[in-house]
Amino acid sequence: MLRKSHTEKGKLVKRNLFIPVLAVLLAGVFPGCSKSPVGKEMKIGLITPLSGDVKTFGESVKNAFEIAIEEANAKGGVAGMKIATFIVDDRNDPTEASNAANLLINQHGVKAIVGSVTSKATIPVSDLAQSSRIPTITGTATNPKVTVADGKRKDFMFRACYTDSFQGTVMAKFSRDELKAATAAILYDVSNDYSKGIAEVFRDSFARMGGEVVAYESYGKDDVDFSALLTKVKAAKADVLFLPDYYNKVGLIAKQAKEKELKAKLVGPDGWDSPELVKVAGDAIEGGYFSNHYSPEDTRPEVVNWVKKYREKFGQTPDALGTLVYDATNMLLEAIQEAGSDDPVKIRDALASLKGFEGVTGKFTMDENGDPIKSAVIIQIRDGKQKFLQVVNP
Amino acid sequence: MDYFVQQVINGLQLGFVYALIALGYTMVYGIVRLINFAHGDVFMIGAFIGLYTIERFQWPLAAVFVSAVVGCTVLAVLIEQLAYRPLRHAPKIASLITAIGVSLFLEYFTSLRQVFGPHYYSFPRPFPVVSWHWYGILVTNIQAVIFLVTILCLLLLQFIVFRTKMGRAMRAVSFDYVTAGLMGVNVNMVISFTFGLGAALAGVGGVLYGIAYPQVNTFMGFMPGLKAFTAAVLGGIGNIPGAVLGALIMGQSETMVSAYLSSTYRDGIAFVILILVLLWKPTGIFGTSRTEKV
Amino acid sequence: MNPYWVQILMLACIVAISAQGLNIIYGYAGLFSLGHAAFYGIGAYTAAYLMKLYGGQSQAAFLAALLAGGGASAAVAYLIGLPTLRLTSDYLGIATLGFGIIMKVVFDNADSFLPELGGARGMTGIAKMTTIPWVIFFLLVSLLVVRNTIHSSYGRAILSVREDEIAAETMGIDTFQYKMVGFVTGCAFAGVAGGLYAHLYTFLHPSNFDFFKSIDLLIIIVLGGLGNMSGTLVASFGWIFLLEGLRVVLPPGYVELRWVLIPVLLIVAMLLRPQGIFGAHEFPFLREKGTR
Repeated sequence: MLRKSHTEKGKLVKRNLFIPVLAVLLAGVFPGCSKSPVGKEMKIGLITPLSGDVKTFGESVKNAFEIAIEEANAKGGVAGMKIATFIVDDRNDPTEASNAANLLINQHGVKAIVGSVTSKATIPVSDLAQSSRIPTITGTATNPKVTVADGKRKDFMFRACYTDSFQGTVMAKFSRDELKAATAAILYDVSNDYSKGIAEVFRDSFARMGGEVVAYESYGKDDVDFSALLTKVKAAKADVLFLPDYYNKVGLIAKQAKEKELKAKLVGPDGWDSPELVKVAGDAIEGGYFSNHYSPEDTRPEVVNWVKKYREKFGQTPDALGTLVYDATNMLLEAIQEAGSDDPVKIRDALASLKGFEGVTGKFTMDENGDPIKSAVIIQIRDGKQKFLQVVNP
Repeated sequence: MDYFVQQVINGLQLGFVYALIALGYTMVYGIVRLINFAHGDVFMIGAFIGLYTIERFQWPLAAVFVSAVVGCTVLAVLIEQLAYRPLRHAPKIASLITAIGVSLFLEYFTSLRQVFGPHYYSFPRPFPVVSWHWYGILVTNIQAVIFLVTILCLLLLQFIVFRTKMGRAMRAVSFDYVTAGLMGVNVNMVISFTFGLGAALAGVGGVLYGIAYPQVNTFMGFMPGLKAFTAAVLGGIGNIPGAVLGALIMGQSETMVSAYLSSTYRDGIAFVILILVLLWKPTGIFGTSRTEKV
Repeated sequence: MNPYWVQILMLACIVAISAQGLNIIYGYAGLFSLGHAAFYGIGAYTAAYLMKLYGGQSQAAFLAALLAGGGASAAVAYLIGLPTLRLTSDYLGIATLGFGIIMKVVFDNADSFLPELGGARGMTGIAKMTTIPWVIFFLLVSLLVVRNTIHSSYGRAILSVREDEIAAETMGIDTFQYKMVGFVTGCAFAGVAGGLYAHLYTFLHPSNFDFFKSIDLLIIIVLGGLGNMSGTLVASFGWIFLLEGLRVVLPPGYVELRWVLIPVLLIVAMLLRPQGIFGAHEFPFLREKGTR
C-alpha cells in the first residue's frame, strides 16, 4: 500500500518516543527501589489500595504501618536488623494485588508481607504468599477463604481481625437476647464481600436463634438512594435493621432511615467504627449498636498511646482499619523478634504460635487457621459518642 | 396502596435528579454527536462546590446554586475548548477516548489529598428536614425542593431552546452544522454555549443530589452519569423531552424493582428495559430516525 | 527469569488476545462494543468452573476448558447479537454497555445459583495451568486467524460493512451475517483469554469484568490504531508494562499519581495522534502479500 510522508513522520515520532520511554521504565525496575540503610535488613512489604475506590482506607492502613515500623526502627530494628519497607499499591483490584505481591516477593525479595485491605485483594495475595512460602498477615480482610480455602489451610497466611462468621453471630445473638428482636431486616452491599459475608451469617444465625428475617435486600457499591429499600423495610415492620457495611454507607442509610421515620433499631459490625460515623449520620445513628474490637473509652495504655501517636503524626483520629493494621504489623514484628532472623519459615512458626499478644484492639491468640481468638465488645452510640456496653467472648 | 404511592414518589425523586444530568448528555450529543463521558464528573464538581460553599462559606442556598452553575459551566467550556474542539474533525472515536481520559483525570486528580481528597465527605444540610404526612404518605421538604427546582430548570431550558435566538441557533447547529455556519451562525460559540448549558444543569443536579443523599466523594459521578446517559438514549438521544422521560422511566423502574422484586436486580433491570426499548424503537422513544443519504 | 516479569508478560499476552478480539469487532467490523469485558468474564468463569469440577490438572482438560470458555462466550455473543447488531453505532454501544452491566450483576450474584462461582466473594481454588507456551500458542493462533480472515474475501466483506454499510448491501453482501461473524469471533477470543487469565491468577472476582475493564481494552485498540493488528499487539504490551512500570518507578508517596498520569497521557496521545500509534502500518508478517 502506498502511504506517504505525513503518516510516516508521525509514526516515526511516536515510535521514537515510545521505545526510550519504555526503556526508562524497565531500567527503573531492575535496580529495584527501596528506602533503606545498608547492613543486614529485614525486608517487609505492604500491599494497600493507595488509589481507587477505597483509597481512604488504604491510606490509613499505610499510615498505621509506617508508625509501627518507625517505632520498631527507633528501638534499633527487630532481631538485630533494621527494617526496610516496600509499599505497593493494589488499587483494590485482585489482578493488581497479585502483581503487587509478585513484585514484592520476586523483585524486591521481601521476607514478610502485611496486606491487603479487602478480601478480594487479599485472597490472591494469600495464594501467592502460600506458594512462595512468605508469611503474610492481613489486618482487615474478613473472608474465611483468605486463610482456609477449598478445605486447605494456607499456613503462611494470618489475620488480625475477626472473620465474618464471628461478628454476624455476635450481633444476631445480641439482637435476639438483648434487644429482644423478633424480626430483623438486613441491607447489604452485594458487591462487597465483607458486607455480603456478614449479612449471610447474621441471617442464618438470627433464624437459627428463632428470629424471623423479614427483609434481606442488597444494594450496589455506588448506590446512594435507599428510599425504595427503606420504604420496603418500614412496611415489613422489622424490629432491628442490620447494616453490615462501612461507616460511610451506614451513615447515609441511617440518615435516610430517619427521614423515612423508620422505627427499627440499627445494628452493625466493626465497619461502623470510625470517628466519621457520627459526622456523616448525625443524630440518625443515635442509639445504634455495633460490635467492635475495643472501646475508645478503654483506658488501656496501648489504646491511649496509639490514638495520641496517630493524632500527632496525621492530625486525625485513627479508624478501625488502621488500628487493626497497626496490631497486625506489630504481631509480625514480634514474630520476627521471636524467630531471631528473617527466615520466612521461622517467622511463620512464630506467628502461628502467638499467644496473648497485647494489641490495641485486644488480646490475641492465633488459632490453627491463622485467625485470632479474641473477644469483641458491643458499643452503643449515645450522645454522639461510643459507649461501651458489654464484652462478648468467643 | 400507600406503599405503592410512597414508592412512586421515591421513584420520582430519583428520576428528577437523573433528568438534570441526562439533559446535559442529550444536548451535547445532539449538537456534536459526542458521548461526553466527563459529564458525570462535572456533576460531581457541582456537588463539591455545593459542599464548600455551604460548609465553609455558609452562603444562602440561592448563592450556592449560582456558584455551582458558574463553576460547572466554566469547567465544561474549558474542557470543550482544550480537549474536544481540537478533535472535532478527527475520527469520532478519538473524541470519545479523550472524553474518557478527561473523566478519569477529573476523578483521580480531585481524589488527590492536595485537591479534594479521597474520603467520603458529609454534605451539610442547608435547611432542616421537614416532613408532611398525607393520608399515610410521607413527603419531605427535600423531595419538594428537588421537584420544584428541577421543574424550574426544565421550564427555563424550554424557554432558552425554543424562545431565544441562541436556542434557535442550537437547534440549527444540531440539525446541520455546515449549513448553519453558512447562514451566519457562530458554530463554535453555539457549541460552547451548549456545553455550558448542560453543565449548568449538572451543577444544579450536583447540589440537589448532595442535599438528598448527603455524601460526596470524587467517584460519585460515574454511576449516576452512566444511568443518566442511558436515560437519554432511552428517550431518544438528542431529544430534550425524551431525556426527561427516559430519566423518569429509569428512576421508576429502579425503584419499582427494589420495591416489588429484589433489589439485587435493580441495575440490571434498567438496562434490560433499555435493550427492549431499543429493539422496538432503535433510536429511542422520541428519537428521530436519521435518514442516511447515499 | 524473574517470576514477576514472567507473570506480567503472560498477562500482557492474555490482554493482547482479548484486545485482538475487540479489534475484530470494532476495528474491522466497526461494531462499537462496550461490553467486551463481560465476554472475557463468561469465558473465565466457564473455563474455571469446568476445570475445577471435572478437569483436575490434566493438560488435555485444560485445552478443552479453554475452548469451552471461548465457545460459551461465542454462544452468548450470538444470542446478544441477534437483537442488537441491527442498531446503529452509538446505540449498539449503549446496548453492549448495558449487557456488560447486566453480566456484572449476574457475576455478583452467581453464587445463588452455582455456589462454586463465589459471586462477590470470589471464586477460589482454580488450578494454575497457564504457562508461557499456552499463552504464546493462543496469541499466535489469534494473530493468524485475524490475519488470514482479514486478507480473504470474508475479511474484505467485513471491512466493507465497516466502511459503508449501504454500499455493501447494494453489492449483495449480507451485512448482518458478516457483522455477526465478526462479533462472535471477537467474543470467542475474549472467552479464551478469560480462561487463560483464570488459570494464571487462580482467583476470579466480578470486579475484574466490569465496565472499566471494557474501557481499558477500548483504549488499547484505539491507541494502537483501529483495525490494526500490530498496533493492538504493541499497545496491549505497552499498556500492561506502562501500568506496572509506573507502579515500580513511582516512589511510594506518589503512587496515587499513577492514575492521574495515565489519563493525561491518553488525552495527549489522542490530541497528537488520533489515528493511533500504528495508524495503518502493519508488521511485515501480518501484512497482506504484495502490499508495502
